[in-house]
Amino acid sequence: MSSTLIAEQLLNGLQFGLMLFLIAAGLTLVFGILDILNVAHGSLYMAGAYVAAQTMQVTQSFVAAVVVAAVVTGLVGLVLELVLIRKLVIRDHLAQVLGTFAVILIANDVIKMIWGPAPMMMSMPPALSGPVQLTPDLMYPAYRLLIIAVGLAAALGLYLFVTRTRAGVLVRAGASNRQMATLMGVRVPLLFLGVFVLGAMLAALAGALLGPVTAIQTGMGEQILILVLVCIVIGGIGSMRGAFVGALLVGFVDTAGRAFLPSLLKLFFSPAVASSVGPTLAALSIYILMAVVLVFRPSGLFPARG
Amino acid sequence: MRLIKQLLALAALVPGLAFAQAPIKVGIANDLSGPFAALGAEARDGFNLAIKELGGKLGGKPAEFLQTDMGGNPDQARQLVNRYIQRDKIDFFTGPIGSNVALAVGPTLFAAKIPYLSNNPGPSQFAGAQCNDYWFGVSYQNDAFHEAAGKVAADRGFKNMVIMAPDYPAGKDALNGFKRGYKAPVGQEVYTKLGQIDYAAELAQLRDAKPEAVYIFLPGGMGINFIKQFVSAGLNKSIKIVGPGFSGDEDVIRAVGEPMLGMFNTAQWAHDLDNAQNKKFVAAFRKEYNNRTPSVYAAQAYDVIMAIDAAVKATKGNVADRPAVLAALKKADFASVRGPFTYGINNFPIQPYYLRVIEKNAQGQITNKLVGKVFDSYQDVYVGQCKK
Repeated sequence: MSSTLIAEQLLNGLQFGLMLFLIAAGLTLVFGILDILNVAHGSLYMAGAYVAAQTMQVTQSFVAAVVVAAVVTGLVGLVLELVLIRKLVIRDHLAQVLGTFAVILIANDVIKMIWGPAPMMMSMPPALSGPVQLTPDLMYPAYRLLIIAVGLAAALGLYLFVTRTRAGVLVRAGASNRQMATLMGVRVPLLFLGVFVLGAMLAALAGALLGPVTAIQTGMGEQILILVLVCIVIGGIGSMRGAFVGALLVGFVDTAGRAFLPSLLKLFFSPAVASSVGPTLAALSIYILMAVVLVFRPSGLFPARG
Repeated sequence: MRLIKQLLALAALVPGLAFAQAPIKVGIANDLSGPFAALGAEARDGFNLAIKELGGKLGGKPAEFLQTDMGGNPDQARQLVNRYIQRDKIDFFTGPIGSNVALAVGPTLFAAKIPYLSNNPGPSQFAGAQCNDYWFGVSYQNDAFHEAAGKVAADRGFKNMVIMAPDYPAGKDALNGFKRGYKAPVGQEVYTKLGQIDYAAELAQLRDAKPEAVYIFLPGGMGINFIKQFVSAGLNKSIKIVGPGFSGDEDVIRAVGEPMLGMFNTAQWAHDLDNAQNKKFVAAFRKEYNNRTPSVYAAQAYDVIMAIDAAVKATKGNVADRPAVLAALKKADFASVRGPFTYGINNFPIQPYYLRVIEKNAQGQITNKLVGKVFDSYQDVYVGQCKK
């Protein structure tokens, strides 16, 4: 196994982790502030991908696709918050999960009504469609570098937003003690609305960015939501820093498991055993990681509430 | 209520009005939602085109086509089939896309003596030990596409093949089928997660292994994810992609576009296959559905309705005589869009398989192009286990 391959797999892990972070950030933000587990967050991601693909087909502009996807999904999030989420905030978690689960079913059918059941096409911006030469041996897809860049920028932006701005102070106050924040005069309904729309826009950004490299189809939200839930559980539900670390951990462990585990097992077991156990173990690796983290830190690596 | 009673009494007085002739009923379990929704929609369009061309009749007799969505869900399909059998008293059954659904509803239909003409799945169980007279695998046996692809790779001399499938039973069957056709040992066998989104790790391994070609059996969204990422990693310049027909069909091409160019895939049918019935079908399909090119799912569904039509005609509409219906179906005496074929003892087709490659046609559209025959007449390997 060459060092180039290891470097490439590390980049892959970073890229996958940052991609998960874009979705996890919105989910954990909404949970941290509104104390509501929005399982329909994946549907907002799906909506972002569909709107981006449609915009791309019409305008042929990737930048327009990303912007329109974020704006439209933000509006969808706005309506969703006003119509449903606002009413679910005062209910228990079971009602919240049921209510937002219903949104998943509705969203999938609405998408099918608008765009049909067949997966949708979103072409890659031509300038980024090939690989770039990073070192003499290492070629890396330009588009994945873009995902890494946007992921890092979003992480930095969110960090600055949460720590340096007045809105960020309110968000942190709301996350650590909602009642106290209310008593101190924070306008909670407006804060909730803003946070929910921001979360929806982040999910749409992820959907639009991943559109050119993944299948845009109904049900794509649920697929990725499971991974994202693992990220935020590892990181500590509600914590932005936790979501970042959790997503990167999941990205690295998942990639390393798939890339190195089967060949590693071949050193110790017969090829037959290695080839049957390897993929299964690789698929389980992130759940094993989650279990181990929860044994030692039951509320995740960075608990949002002390 | 009273009015209805009076009307019923009146109807009973007119002889032959209520029971003029019971229409021949075909129960179709569609896959319009759930995991196979896109493929199910293709099949539905194939069914509907055939029904329209036959004027809603079968063998010239009045017919009724019951179509219900069961969402690719075996439990829902089982309920639907029970309803079709007990309440609607269907005479023929077809529709499901997935092998899991076919396996779930098959035994019930066989026990009720209702012919099941498969418009897609051809599970090995029904080809081997569980073969049944009431089953007709009109389309293909599940292993056939993979075996044909293996033979293509061997014939073209692709060395150091990497073969890849999701880690679940159908994935293992696919790779075993490929290896049977390829005959020589493959370079690497990679099993991925079911429903995997990101293939960067596998692509890095591919770049490192430097195979001449990669064989992928990644159904639905997984294949779309893989191919998009494969091309953006620049691997398409040095590695060829080979797949079964369903990974390179028109529905996938519409979702992926340019990155599909150059992919080899194998199937028992191609839209540019040269026979009169196929030309008629493809032209009619394009006319009916907004100039869309049919996929193999649409072609198979169309064939199933035509096969039923021929059997009804041969039995002069007396579908209650099931042995006669089965004998007529078994002859496969209808104009199939894939050309003539025969059934083996397990009611799976013995037929040619073709190699197709995805190219731009003269109008600049990306679509499959027929390259040549892989097998002249292929029969599945399970037929020996079928004891009748």
